[in-house]
Amino acid sequence: MNLAAKTRFLAASVGTVAAVISITASVPAFAQAKEQFFPELVYRTGPYAPNGVPFANGYSDYLKLLDARDGGINGVKITFEECETGYSTARGVECYERMKNKGPTGATVVQPLSTGITFALTPKAPRDKIPLITAGYGRADSVDGSVFTWNFPLGGTYWDAADILVQHVGKKEGGLAKLKGKKIALVYHDSPYGKEPIPLLEKRSKMLGFDLLLLPVTHPGVEQSATWLQIRQQRPDYVFLWGWGVMNSTAIKQAVATGYPLNRMYGVWWSGAEPDVRPAGEDAKAYNALVFLAPAGRGKVHEDILKYVYDKGNGSGKREDVGEVLYNRGMVSAMMAVEGVKRAQKKYGRKPLTGTQVRWGLEHLSINAADIKKLGFEDFMEPIHTSCADHEGAHSARIETWDGKNWHVTSGVYHSDLSVIRPIIKASAAKYAAENKITPRDCSKEK
Amino acid sequence: MFYRENGQFKQTYRQDEALLPIAQDRIVMLALLVFAFVGVPFLASNYLFLSILNPFLIMALAAIGLNLLVGYCGQISIGHAAFMSVGAYAAYNLMLRVPNLSFLVALVLAGLIAALVGMLFGIPSLRIKGLYLTVATLAAQFFIDWMFARVKWFTGYQSSGSVSTPVLDLFGWQLDSPVKKYLFLLAVVTVFTLLARNLVRGHVGRAWMAIRDMDVAAEVIGIRPVYAKLTAFAVSSFYVGVAGALWGFVYLGSWEPLAFNINMSLDLLFMIIIGGMGSILGSYFGALFIVALPIVLDRVPAWVGAPLSTAMASHLASMIFGTLIVFFLIVEPHGLARLWAIGKEKLRLWPFPH
Amino acid sequence: MKRHLPIIILIAALLAGLAAPLATGASAPGFFVEVLLGGLMAGVLYSLVALGFVLIFKASGVFNFAQGAMVLFAALSVARMAEVMPLWVAALLGVGIMVLLAIVVERVVLRPLVNQEGVVLLMATLGVSYFLDGFGQSVWGSDIYEINLGLSKAPVLILRNVFQGGILINKDDVAAAVVAVLLVVALALFFQKTATGRALRAVADDHQAAQSVGIPLNRIWVIVWSVAGVVAVVAGMMWGSKLGVQFSISQVALKALPVVILGGFTSIPGAIIGGLIIGVGEKMAEVFLGPVMVRTFDLAGGGIENWFAYVLALLFLLVRPEGLFGERIIDRV
Repeated sequence: MNLAAKTRFLAASVGTVAAVISITASVPAFAQAKEQFFPELVYRTGPYAPNGVPFANGYSDYLKLLDARDGGINGVKITFEECETGYSTARGVECYERMKNKGPTGATVVQPLSTGITFALTPKAPRDKIPLITAGYGRADSVDGSVFTWNFPLGGTYWDAADILVQHVGKKEGGLAKLKGKKIALVYHDSPYGKEPIPLLEKRSKMLGFDLLLLPVTHPGVEQSATWLQIRQQRPDYVFLWGWGVMNSTAIKQAVATGYPLNRMYGVWWSGAEPDVRPAGEDAKAYNALVFLAPAGRGKVHEDILKYVYDKGNGSGKREDVGEVLYNRGMVSAMMAVEGVKRAQKKYGRKPLTGTQVRWGLEHLSINAADIKKLGFEDFMEPIHTSCADHEGAHSARIETWDGKNWHVTSGVYHSDLSVIRPIIKASAAKYAAENKITPRDCSKEK
Repeated sequence: MFYRENGQFKQTYRQDEALLPIAQDRIVMLALLVFAFVGVPFLASNYLFLSILNPFLIMALAAIGLNLLVGYCGQISIGHAAFMSVGAYAAYNLMLRVPNLSFLVALVLAGLIAALVGMLFGIPSLRIKGLYLTVATLAAQFFIDWMFARVKWFTGYQSSGSVSTPVLDLFGWQLDSPVKKYLFLLAVVTVFTLLARNLVRGHVGRAWMAIRDMDVAAEVIGIRPVYAKLTAFAVSSFYVGVAGALWGFVYLGSWEPLAFNINMSLDLLFMIIIGGMGSILGSYFGALFIVALPIVLDRVPAWVGAPLSTAMASHLASMIFGTLIVFFLIVEPHGLARLWAIGKEKLRLWPFPH
Repeated sequence: MKRHLPIIILIAALLAGLAAPLATGASAPGFFVEVLLGGLMAGVLYSLVALGFVLIFKASGVFNFAQGAMVLFAALSVARMAEVMPLWVAALLGVGIMVLLAIVVERVVLRPLVNQEGVVLLMATLGVSYFLDGFGQSVWGSDIYEINLGLSKAPVLILRNVFQGGILINKDDVAAAVVAVLLVVALALFFQKTATGRALRAVADDHQAAQSVGIPLNRIWVIVWSVAGVVAVVAGMMWGSKLGVQFSISQVALKALPVVILGGFTSIPGAIIGGLIIGVGEKMAEVFLGPVMVRTFDLAGGGIENWFAYVLALLFLLVRPEGLFGERIIDRV
C-alpha cells in the first residue's frame, strides 16, 4: 500500500470511528409507551451454548406467549431484547449497562443465568434500582433480603441443593447417620458457581461425619481425565456433579469410561438436562440429577405456547424441543418475573412499573397451588412465598433419573434443612454487609 | 497549511527537549485534555462511561505498561493479565487488612507488588528471548491464575472465590457515579502517561530500545542487559498492576480469578500490536479498538435493523473481529500509530504536496 | 558432559518424581499404571496438536495459535457431516475442507505477511482462530455433537492376575494410540521418501537456499498447512469420539507450546515425545502431588495440571533452550 492509499485509509478509519462513537453516544429517546421492558442476558455461543440456548428459548417464548395470548401483563405490553454474554462476566456487565435504561421504565428485572455475572451485578443493582432474579443460582446468602435487598434467588439456592442431595443419599443409605465414614466427591466447575455449595457440604460433613473430596474442573471443562482418575483411586460412595455446559456431558462420558456406577452420581439442577446426557445416550442410564423448578414434560402452558407462538411461526427454537428441562426452567423463570410484576401492579396500578416497584412485587410474591394450576404449570413447581427475610420463597427439590431416552422424576419432594442453612446464610450475609458497608434493613418493619 | 513547524526555532536546550516541540501539537494536546476533563463529562452518557470510556482508560494504561516491555524493550509477554490480577488482589488485600488505608496508597503499593512479581517472572528473560519467552510468561499466567483461585488467604476466605469491593472513598470524595470514576481514571492515566512518555525518552528508555534493537551491541556500548530487562519487567508490571487494581476496584467492583485470564493477556497483546509497538499513543488507539470493536460489532445488526438471531450476530462479530485483526496486521504491521504518523506527515505538506 | 549435567539432573528428578508414588506406597501398582496410561492418552492428543504446530513452525516460522481452533473446526465438520453420510466419507471431506482452509490461509494471511516479525504472525493466527470460532459455530452450530467410531464406551479390565483389581482401559483410547502411531509413521515416510517431503525439509533448513534451488515456497506452505489440517482432522476425530465435539476455544493449542519447548521446536519425534512427557507428568502431578499440596497448604482444591506443563517447560528452557531433540540454538544472550 502506498502513502496515498494509506492516507485515504487513515481518513476512512477516522471517519468510521467518529461515526461509531457518535452512534454509540446517542441515547435513543423513548416515547412513553405502555410497555414493560425485560432484558435478557443469554448465551447462544461458546462452551455453554448447549445449555444456554434452551433456557433462552423458554424465556423468550413465555414472554411472546403473554403478548400473543393476553396482550401483555394486564394490558401492559411486554418488550424484550436479547444480549449475548457468552457466559463471560465482563460481557455480562456490559450487556447489563447497555439495557438497564431501555424501555419506558428501564429494565424490569435482570436474570443473568450465571453465578459469576450475579456476583458482579450484586453491588450494581441497588445503585441502579433493578432487581436481580437468580432462580436456582447466584449467591446462596442472598436469601437474606435484609442485606441483599435487590437479589431474589427464587425457588432454590446451591445450599438447598447440596443439602437435599445429602438428604437423598442419606435416605438411600437408610438414614443420615449411616453416612458416617462414607466418602462423597464434589466434581465442580471452578468458578463462583461451582464453589458455592462447598461451605454447606463442609458443614454437613462435619455434622454427619462423611468425607468430602473436592475436585475442581477448570473452565470450560473438557479436560477431566485426572479428576476421574482420582475418583477411580479414591472410590467415593457418591459423586455430586456441579457442572455446566460442555463440562456436564464430558463428566458423564468420563464416568462411563472410568466404570463409575452412574446410579451413585448426582448432578445439581444445572447438570440434569437433555444436552448433558444425550451425548452419552444409553450409557448415561441411571444418572440422577436434582430438579427444582420445572422438570421435563409438557403441560397446559406448553399447549398454549405451541398454539400461540409456534403455530404462528414465532418460536425461538425447534418445536420438538419445547418441554425440555432447561426450556421449561427458562419459562418458569420468566413466569416468576412476570408474576412479580403482576403482584406489584396490584399495589401500583396497571402501568409500566419501575425496578423499585417490581422489587416490592417480588418481595411479596405469593404463588400458591391454585395460581400454579391457573397459569398452566401444574406439577412443574412448588408454591413460592417470599418475604423480606426470605427472598427465596421455596426450599424444595426432587430427584430425576435418566432412563437412556428421557428424564423421569423418581423421588418425592425434599425440603432443605433450614436449621442447618439459616445460620450460614446469616453469617455470610453479615460478613458481606460488613465488608461492603451495608446497613441491613429491619425486616419486622417491612410491609 | 496549518500544521507546520517552520518559524518555530528552538533557542534553548529546554525547548529542544520539550515533550511536544511543535506549537500546534501542544495546542491540540491541551485542547484534547481540556475536552477530556471538561467536555466529555457533559456530553457522554452513563452507558458510554461505564462500558467504553472507563474500560478504555484502564486498558490504555495496561497497554502502555505492556508496550514498555514488548514495544520498547522487545521482550514478549503473554502473561500480563496475570500481573494485572496481582495488582488487583494486592490492592484488595491491602484495603481489607490495613485499616484506613487510602486507595491511592493501596494503588501504588499494589503496583509495586506487581512489579516485584513481574521481575521474578522476568528472570528467565536473562537467558532466553523472543518467542521462547512466551512460555515463561504463560507459566506466570497459568500459575498466578491458579494461585488466586486456590490459596484462600488471597480472597479473604470467601467461599465463592469471588471478591467484592465497597464504593471507593478518596479523601471524602465518594467514587460512586460513572462520571466521577471517569475523572479519577482520566487523572491517573494522564499522570502515568506523562511518566511513561518521559521514561522512554530518558536513559532508561534508551537502554531498553538498545536492548530491543540489538542486545549484543547494547552490551558492547555499556548497557547492562540484566538491569535493562529487569527494569523493563518491573516498570511494565507496575503499570499493569495499577491498571489491574483499577480494573478490579473501579470498573468491575467484584471479580473472580477468571476475570484476568489468558484471553485478557491476548487482548492486551492485540492492543499494542494493532495500536503500534513502541508507541504510547498507539497504546491508546489499540485499547480503544479492542474495547470498543466487540461492542460495536455486537450492536451493528440492531442499528441497521438486520433481523439476525443473537447467536448469528455473535458469530459474525467473532468472524469480523478475526478478519479485521488480520486485515490491520496486513495493511499496517506497525499499527495505527504509524498511520497516525503518516497522516501527520501528510498534513505538514498539505495542500501542496510537491 | 558438563553442559549436559543440568539436563541430566532435571530428567533424573523427573524420573524420581515419577517413581515416588510407587516407592512410597502412595499408590497401588495397578493404579499407578492406570495413571500412566491416562497421562499417555492425554499426551497423544497434545502430541498431535504439537505435531501440527511443529510442521508449520518448521516450514514457515509461524507460531500457529490457530492449531487448536483447526482441531475443533475439523472435528465439528466431520461430526456434522457424518450425520448425513458414512463416517469415512465425512472424514475425507473434512480433509478436503482443511486443505481448502490451508490454501485460503496461505493466500490471504501468510503471503501478505511474509517477513514480518514472529509476534505479528502469531497474532495473525490468533485472528484466524477467532474467525474459525465464529465461522465454525455459524455453519455447524454450537451444540454438542458426536463422532461415533463404533467402539464400545464400556471400560475393559485387563491384566487382572498381574495387578490387584486389574487395569482399566478403554477401546477408543487404544484405537487413538494406534491411529497416532500410524499417523506419525505415515508422516515420517512422507518426509523421508517423497520429493515433496524432501522439499519441505529443505525449506525448513533454509528458506533462501531452498528457494534458490527452485522450490516454490508458497506451494510448500500450502502443503504444510494442509498436512497440519490432516493432523487436525485425526486429532479432532479422536477427541470427538472420546468426549463429544463442541466448539469451545480450548487451551489445547497453548499446551502445544510447552510440548514443543520440551521436544524441540524443529523436531517431529520431539513433538511426540514431548507431548507424552507433558501428558504423563501433568496427570501424575495432579493425581499424586495435587492432594499432598492441597493438604499442606490448605488449598481450595488441586488443579495443578493447569500450570504444571508450563512450569516444567520453563525449567527446561533454563537448562536446555533447544529442547530434547531440537537443533542447538546459538542465538542467546
